[in-house]
Amino acid sequence: MTDAATGALLELKGLTKAFGALKATDGVDLTVRHGEIHALIGPNGAGKSTLIAQVAGGLAPDTGRVVLLGEDVTGWSVARRARLGLGRSFQVSSLAWEFSVLRNVMLAVQARSAGAWGFWAPVRKDEALRAEALGVLDRVGLTLRADDPVAALSHGERRLLEVAMALALRPRLLLLDEPMAGLGPEGTKELTAFLARLKTECGMLLVEHDMDAVFALADRISVLVYGKVIASGTVAEIRASAAVREAYLGDHLHGSA
Amino acid sequence: MSREALVNALLALALLGAPLIAAAQDEPFYVALASRVAILALAGVGLNFALGTGGMVSFGHAAFFGLGGYVAGVAALHAFEGSPFFAWPFEIGGSESMVVIWLVALAVSALAALAIGAGSLRTSGVYFIMITLAFAQMIYYLAVSLPAYGGEDGLSIYIRSTLPLVDSDDPLTFFLVCYALLLLALFLVHRLVDSRFGAALQCARMNPLRLATLGIAPFPVKLAAFTFSAMLTGLAGALYAELNGFVSPAMLSWHRSGEIIVFVILGGVGRLFGPVAGAALFILLEAFVGGWTDRWQLVLGGILLAVVLFARGGVIGLLAGKARHD
Repeated sequence: MTDAATGALLELKGLTKAFGALKATDGVDLTVRHGEIHALIGPNGAGKSTLIAQVAGGLAPDTGRVVLLGEDVTGWSVARRARLGLGRSFQVSSLAWEFSVLRNVMLAVQARSAGAWGFWAPVRKDEALRAEALGVLDRVGLTLRADDPVAALSHGERRLLEVAMALALRPRLLLLDEPMAGLGPEGTKELTAFLARLKTECGMLLVEHDMDAVFALADRISVLVYGKVIASGTVAEIRASAAVREAYLGDHLHGSA
Repeated sequence: MSREALVNALLALALLGAPLIAAAQDEPFYVALASRVAILALAGVGLNFALGTGGMVSFGHAAFFGLGGYVAGVAALHAFEGSPFFAWPFEIGGSESMVVIWLVALAVSALAALAIGAGSLRTSGVYFIMITLAFAQMIYYLAVSLPAYGGEDGLSIYIRSTLPLVDSDDPLTFFLVCYALLLLALFLVHRLVDSRFGAALQCARMNPLRLATLGIAPFPVKLAAFTFSAMLTGLAGALYAELNGFVSPAMLSWHRSGEIIVFVILGGVGRLFGPVAGAALFILLEAFVGGWTDRWQLVLGGILLAVVLFARGGVIGLLAGKARHD
């Protein structure tokens, strides 16, 4: 059966990664299907960041395979995976700090549509690029900030710009590493609603500590503890799982359920 | 016109005007001085593209400067002797054509930069500085160990190569040629910085992981920029050897690499006309304070210290204000 037939955007197969004696990723199997938000949760030190890095391409697994859109991308660079259709937002905002908000998004649009090899025409005067970038900024509500330097943005606005830059790539799969981190309750609510609407466009692998957001957004949840996926299933299944309660969720579930 | 554009235009006019006046007053020394400024500014414009725009702090640009110089020297030697540079499998002799020398200098610097860049651009920060320095030192010792081309003593160029239509031996004409090449290089760099390539390169400087995440691999972008940067510096080296009628391993030494970095920092890192201002200030200090005391570099050191501590934008930053970011 091909990956296209199974409807999988992303498949992790038997992924392991060890740092010395520490098994940060220990035989992880995980599937993100088309049109679903798959949340990855787990306590601090569970190996979420290590796993994300292996999906994005910054870190090579010791064994196992990463299959993206039916392609085995295990040996691919970060840039090549992005070109295939992987968008990403970072846990700590990672932007072109000296560029304006608009130029950051224009760079993303340019990367997807034309690449880096244009040496003559001034990029600022490229109306098609500018119009598309403004369109993306409009979607995340940053239009009024377009001409401001990134350094002048608030923390929440930087989070939104991260998402905007990922969206400008028109990704098939979005890798969101704690997008709610540091957002106030209002910001979290807005971003949650925005991501819910986005689900029709692309699938998402969402790493998030905010459980309300996870339960509101996720179609399925995988729970990572000490590098292992100890449970994977629907929101209801995860809430009901005794193993998950014991390992991680316990108190929080009682609090919010 | 922005303030920086005005400052740039005034600088360009001053650099053109000074030797014209000097020539009218029959002062060839000052015409040659202006040629030195134009040529070293060109070398700095090359480095500034790698260092200022691309964030690649190369401590080995003397390698390209010297290679360009040796292209001019070796071509002149073989042309003078009528001997071949190599005779097998086909024969290549020297050349008296300045344009041919420029093209060869550009090609040689590009090849050297591709090799050095491929070996060093996987690193960054202090490692990149050290690796570029190491490569330049290798080429320095190669030149020292070549007795056929003068070894440590260097190589004299007895007859300056020629250009079609104009007399390249005339000091003012030679200045104008150097000046035109400098302006051309500045124009090309200006277009490049504003292009799609320039946007990607600047992102590679600010945040290479971000660039990769957008789908553009930083390495080829940086390698292309490093190569273009080296070509400009190599061309400057060829002109410098022709100006002095002499090339020696000193052109390849790490002192020279340091000087080119000083032009860039004095003038303003990443500012289009920074290296022009930096090279001009450097040469003026050397000529005038140097004429008054041998310890002119003490003054240079003081100014450099002041720039690094208090005026990060260099001369251009002082005259035109902070760089605009948009």
